[in-house]
Order: sequence, then structure tokens, then C-alpha cells
Amino acid sequence: MATDNSNSTYETYYVPESSKFPIWASLGLSLFMIGLANALNGIKSGDGAGGATIVAILGFAILGTVLFNWFATSIRENHQGLPSAQLKRSYVLGMYWFIFSEVMFFAAFFGALFYVRQWAVPWLGGEGGRGSSNILWPGFEAVWPVIANPSDALFVPPHESMEWRGWGEALGYLPMWNTIILLSSSVTVHFAHAGLKNNNRKQLIGWLSLTVLLGVVFIFLQAEEYIEAYQELGLTLDSGIYGSTFFLLTGFHGFHVTLGAFMLSVMLARSIKGHFKPEDHFGFEAASWYWHFVDVVWVCLFFFVYLY
Amino acid sequence: MSNIGAIDGHDAHHDDDHHHGPAKGITRWIYTTNHKDIGSLYLWFSLAMFLLGGTFALVIRLELFQPGLQFVEPNFFNQMTTMHGLIMVFGAVMPAFVGLANWMIPMMIGAPDMALPRMNNWSFWILPFAFTMLASTLLMEAGAPNFGWTFYAPLSTTYAPETVTFFIFAVHMMGASSIMGSINIIATIQNLRAPGMTYMKMPLFVWTWLITAYLLLAVMPVLAGVVTMMLFDVHFGTSFFNAAGGGDPVLFQHVFWFFGHPEVYIMILPAFGVISEIISTFSRKRLFGYDSMVYATSSIAFLSFIVWAHHMFTTGMPLAGELFFMYATMLIAVPTGVKVFNWISTMFKGSITFETPMLFAIAFVVLFTMGGFTGLMLAIAPADFQYHDTYFVVAHFHYVLVPGSVFSIMAAVYYWLPKWTGNMYDETLGKLHFWLSFVGINILFFPQHFLGLAGMPRRIPDYALQFADFNMVSSIGGFLFGFSQLLFVFVVIKCVRGGKKASAEVWEGSHGLEWTVPSPAPYHTFTTPPPIAENAHARVETKGDV
Ligand code: HEM
Ligand SMILES: [Cu+2]
Repeated sequence: MATDNSNSTYETYYVPESSKFPIWASLGLSLFMIGLANALNGIKSGDGAGGATIVAILGFAILGTVLFNWFATSIRENHQGLPSAQLKRSYVLGMYWFIFSEVMFFAAFFGALFYVRQWAVPWLGGEGGRGSSNILWPGFEAVWPVIANPSDALFVPPHESMEWRGWGEALGYLPMWNTIILLSSSVTVHFAHAGLKNNNRKQLIGWLSLTVLLGVVFIFLQAEEYIEAYQELGLTLDSGIYGSTFFLLTGFHGFHVTLGAFMLSVMLARSIKGHFKPEDHFGFEAASWYWHFVDVVWVCLFFFVYLY
Repeated sequence: MSNIGAIDGHDAHHDDDHHHGPAKGITRWIYTTNHKDIGSLYLWFSLAMFLLGGTFALVIRLELFQPGLQFVEPNFFNQMTTMHGLIMVFGAVMPAFVGLANWMIPMMIGAPDMALPRMNNWSFWILPFAFTMLASTLLMEAGAPNFGWTFYAPLSTTYAPETVTFFIFAVHMMGASSIMGSINIIATIQNLRAPGMTYMKMPLFVWTWLITAYLLLAVMPVLAGVVTMMLFDVHFGTSFFNAAGGGDPVLFQHVFWFFGHPEVYIMILPAFGVISEIISTFSRKRLFGYDSMVYATSSIAFLSFIVWAHHMFTTGMPLAGELFFMYATMLIAVPTGVKVFNWISTMFKGSITFETPMLFAIAFVVLFTMGGFTGLMLAIAPADFQYHDTYFVVAHFHYVLVPGSVFSIMAAVYYWLPKWTGNMYDETLGKLHFWLSFVGINILFFPQHFLGLAGMPRRIPDYALQFADFNMVSSIGGFLFGFSQLLFVFVVIKCVRGGKKASAEVWEGSHGLEWTVPSPAPYHTFTTPPPIAENAHARVETKGDV
């Protein structure tokens, strides 16, 4: 094939010949979903989850194994120098747009929270003369946080919410500590990145370990908060719209923190193994972008779920 | 389960001259990372779903042939409307466009493949699993989902059959597939254009897909969010959509339509791209107003985020909301009008020939525009109080979706089949298929306007006597259209198996990089980027190396 002069410096874009990963990943994902759906339906109908749980776990294990090998293969390919600079740009773009889609996922939940607070609950309280709710639940008073539901019989309300309790109780207020922890962890991961770029291994591993540690402490405190909510405040998933939005938002955020912390620990292990170079460490950067993203979500959450 | 083998045989050499053909046997399709293979998989899958969803539609039209209950129970009727809608939207139209994107975008921008080839395979292979799971609910004791393709709460939560759980997870899987697919398409377009292929030289099909992929990334997560809230309401006792706990069923509609309205543009923007390519080819003229097409598409995409509540005029929104969403919706007619104007101006004084793709494209312009006009009627909030939830709405969206999206997909298949297979399709049969479809579709959906205006509600298995005549006409059209599609399947298979050999250009007026490679297109194209002409939209002066 005659190569045009202008393209003589062109680096081949690496396209793997074929791959067995995706089909196995699809299979694992499907087993996981089928198992989970059957388990949930079993529990709801009173028959219990039964063997469905095993199917779900099996599916999850397959999915996990495949993804592990998939990533391992990409890393190996990178060590062999297969990806060109152009392919690496594709990875970067892929991660950007993935994070964008995650932003939109949270946007849906924040939107729901705003709608409920701004419109649904006030209307239930009879505001705006659209009184249908006045007929159904005449006594309902619209206040946020909702600690008296339209129907307290169907949805047993919490005795107390998770709102900010004033400076007097600030020291015992877990969400505040969690804010401090997560914000600091964004700084520490930045220091780790700086260490990586300066080829300073000690700085990289030290700060990255601290970041992972902060992430774990965050998850631990969040769990503590949930226990308090369930055991002391009567604040549960089924305690009405306040509990619903509270647990949906903080729960999915907590899940993302867990994922982010897991990604960072993988990066820590890879740093210790010496995978990264000052000019080539996309894996690390992707994990740290993700970490900054969960941090930003938390700040919005702290403001709109706890403070305001 | 590792790829070492593949890697070892593939050293990092810089001038990759020897091209590998496809692997043999079934594993070629299961393990493939090739954008053409994956494109074909998407297209065949979409065809299968089109026939399945079409069968459900014929069950509906059969029951509605006469008033009274003849063939199916009302609950089963509801399952049919629900599954028909879900399968057509998520199984037929969306995957067809992704298949076209896979086949054509790398060839149109001079890229060697999609940006992330393995993930590309995963995006596809999730779909058969997801749809098997969804369709299997038909065989379950509780029956398939019966709450409509829009799955409004509380029908889909408090009163849902237990198979709703499978529905929710199937939607999650489709969402994952769409998100990965769109990431791939965006990354390909941003990163893999041949040197010199600037954004404003890209073919319009590429442009419209770039914007569509962006829309998908913005709203598929919102769909995932809303089904997640449903899951929690159904299984974990939350009260998002239950007013007794302080939630609101109307909240469901807001979140759903924030996804739903951009979704209808996801199904039409790539169609705009296809039609722009085809009209310009068969008019043997450059597309009129290329730049304005790009800007119009972008404005439509932007506006599509701020019109969602035109589906909810009758929910009792505050007046300010009704007015805002009414005017915002009407605004969309402006960029849409720009596009229609440009297509017509492209044809104006062109030397037009009427091959099958062009016939479908012209029908698209006329009939889609009709759907747009009924959309404008529906956008008038006070009038919508009358039309809402009637057959008028059914007529509106079927005019934009069937002679709109579906015709554009068929046009695209006829247009590019010779490039894919190396053979010309049977022009006589193609034209016959067009005319049967064109006549069938109008007999099927035109009377539904009148039914709706006269007040016939949608989603019911039985109706009052005064609606009988138009319903019978509509059902006849339905069967005509439905069975004509078997002809389409026949023409496609015949073309895949053989036929008159196609040249590289295929069409006299063809332009763009995909026509510079031989027909059928080699398994790997543009492993080194082709040269791009300075002065044209994706016209090449020299034939690219392949
Ligand atoms: C000029 C452009 C358009 C306008 C002004 C418009 C307006 C509307 C309005 C106001 C409704 C709600 C009617 C009601 O439920 O009472 C509607 C429904 C619908 N439109 Fe459009 N539309 C337009 C284009 C499109 C396009 C391009 C598509 C898809 C390709 C589409 C698909 C639909 C669908 C699927 C529904 C019904 C959803 C359902 O309730 O099941 N529309 N349209
Ligand atoms: Cu709409």
C-alpha cells in the first residue's frame, strides 16, 4: 500500500483483533440482573429470595472477574506500547463523557428533590388553591423536612431529620466531619498527582494512601450516620418523602464514594508496583477525576440535603 | 479468558500493511471488535425487533378491527401496546441508528474503526440479553408490563405486575448499552477524524450523530434514575411517586419526560442526517445550507431539553408552566422548518432521479412535516386539553416515527446496502416495497387523526360504534404495511446473497469518503487516514488508500 507523504508519521491506531471479554461481561451482567430481580420479587411476595441470590452472586462474580481481566489486558497492552497517543486521547474522552453521564444521573435525583420541596409538598399542604390534597389529607401541613406525612399510617414518619442542628451541636454532627474529610481528600489526591508528575514515589504513595484512608473513614462515618438514622431517629427508606430523598441521594453518593475509593486503592497498588510514569498515568488521572466528581456531588448534597 | 494470543500476534509495528480478514464461524460475530461487523449485528438485531414489535402491533390492530372484544383480553391488549412501544423505541429504532453509525461514521470521517472497539462489542451484546429478559415476561405468570411505554406511576409502581422488576433491570441494561455506545461515537468523532476533516467538513450524518450521542449521554442516565426511583418505590418502601408519603405521581412524569422528549429527538436527528445525505446525492447537488443545518440541529437539541412538559399539559401545572412549555415547544418548529426548507431547496433545480432511497427520502420530507404540523397543533396547550390521550396523539407520533425515523432507516439501508454487500439490491422490488409501505402507512395512520379529533381515547381494546369505520380502514392499512415489510426482508437477503455488482461510487451523484473505498467495503478501511480536500464537505480529490 502506498502511503501518502503527509501520513508517513502516522501511528497505527491499535484495534484488537477480537475480544472474549464483552460477551462474558454481558452474560455476567444478565445473570446478576435476573438473579436480583427474582430475589427481590421473591422477597416481596413472601416466598423469600431462595436460589436467586446465588444466581445474582454468580453473575456478579463473573462480571467482576471479566472486568478485572479486561482492565489488566489494557494495562498490559499499554506496557507493550500498543496504544498510540491518539488511542490514549480516546480513553481520556471516554472518561470525560462517562463522568458527564454520571453527573446527569445525580441531576435526576437532585431535580426530584427540588421538585418535591418546591412544588409537590407545598401543594399537598394546600398551597396554590389546587386543593385536591386538602380533600385527601386535610390536616397535612407542608414543612421541610417532612416529619409528619400526609398519611402517617401508610408511611410512619421519622421523629427527627438529619438537618443541621446549629453550631452548638456542630462537633457531633457527622455530615460536617464528612464534608471536611472529603474536601481534604480532594487536596491529598492532588498532592499525590503532583508527586507522580515530579517522579516522587514517596510523595505519590504517601498522599494516595492518605486519600484512600480518608475515603474509608468517610464510608465508615456514613454507615454510622445511617445506623443513627434507623435506630434513633426512625428515619428510614419507608418513612416518607424526606427519608426517600435523603437515602436515595446520600446512598447513591456513598455507593459512588465506595467505587471511587476502590478505584483509588487499585491505583495505589499500581503505584506501589511502579506502573505509572510522570508522562503516562491515565489510570491514575481517571480515578482522581472520578474522585473530584464525587467530592463535588457531596458539596451539593451537603448544601441541599443537610444545610438548606 | 485473556487476549494474550491476540496481542502476541500483533506487535507494535508502525506500518501495518497486512490486513486481517474476518475470523471464521460464529465466534467472528461474538468476539468481533470490527465496526462493520458490529454495525451489521446492530442492524440485524434491529430488524428482528422490528418484526417482533410489528407482530404486537398487528395484534392490536386485529383487536381494533371491529368494536367489541374479539381476540384478546383487555389486560393482554395493554401488554401488547406496552411491549410494542418499548420494543420499537429501544429495540428497533435506536439500535438501527447505532448500527448505521457503526458502519458509516468511521468510513465517513476516514477513521480506522470506532475509538473503543472492545467496548463497542459490549454495547451491542448487552442488547440481546436485555430484550430476551424483557420479552420473557410475556411468558411469566404475572404477564408482561401493561402500563404503557411511558410507564406512568402509580400504574408502574403500586399497581404493577411483578414483572416490573424485570422491566426495570432491562431498561438499566439498555441504558448502559446506549451510554457506552454514545461515548464511543462521541470519542470517535472528536478524536478519529482524518487530518483535514474539520468539524464543518463532516457529512451531516456524522454531525447529527454527534449531537444525538450528546443527547443520549445527557438523558439516558435520567431514565436510569427514574426507573431506579420506581424500583425503590416498588421494593424498598420509598414514596417518591406516592402522595400519601409526601411524593407525587406527577414527579414521575416530569423526570420521565425530561428523558422522553430528548429521546424523540434521539430517534429523529440521525434520520435528518440520513435524509440530508440522500437528497443531495440523488439531486446531484451540494446540500443547500450546510451550515444552517448544523446550527438548526444544535438548536433543536438545545430546545429539546426545555419542552418536556408539553406531554403534561393536562396534569394541572401552574399557568406559567403551561405557557412556558407551549411557547418553547412552538419554537422548535423554527429550526425544524429550516431543515425542511433546506431539503426542498437542495432538490430545487437538481437533476433528480427516483431510486428507492430517494423515494423514501422524499416521502420522509412530506410525511415527517405532516407529523411536525400535528405536533404544533398539540403544542397549543388549550387545544391539547382536547387532543391529549386521544388517537390524534397516536397519529402525530406515528407520522414522525414511522414515515419519519423508520423510513429514513429503510432509505439508509437501500442507499448503503451496495456499499456493504458489493451488490445492487433489486430496484423493482425496492420500489414496490416503497409504494406498498407508503400507501399502507397512510391508510393506517391518516384516519387516526379523525378518530382522535372525534374523541377516541388511546390504549383501549374496545370503542364506541361511531369509530368503527375509520378503525377498520386503519387496521387494513396496518396489515398492508406490516406484511409489506416481509418484502423488505426478502430484498435485503437477496441483495446480501448476490446481485449486480456495485461500483465504488454506487450512485452517480455520490460524494463523501465512504464512496472512495471499493464495494463491498474491505474489512478494514482507512488504517491510514485518507487525504481530505480543502474546499468541500467531505469530498475527496484523490481516492483514499484503503
Ligand atoms: C415540530 C415538532 C414537534 C412538536 C411541536 C411535537 C409536539 C408534541 C406534543 C405537544 C405532544 C404531546 C401530545 C399529548 O400527549 O397530548 C407530542 C407527543 C409525542 N411526540 Fe411529538 N412533537 C414534535 C416532533 C416529534 C418528533 C420528531 C417525534 C419523534 C420522532 C415525536 C414523538 C412524539 C411521541 C412519541 C409522542 C407521544 C408520547 C406518548 O404519550 O406516548 N414528536 N408531541
Ligand atoms: Cu415531546
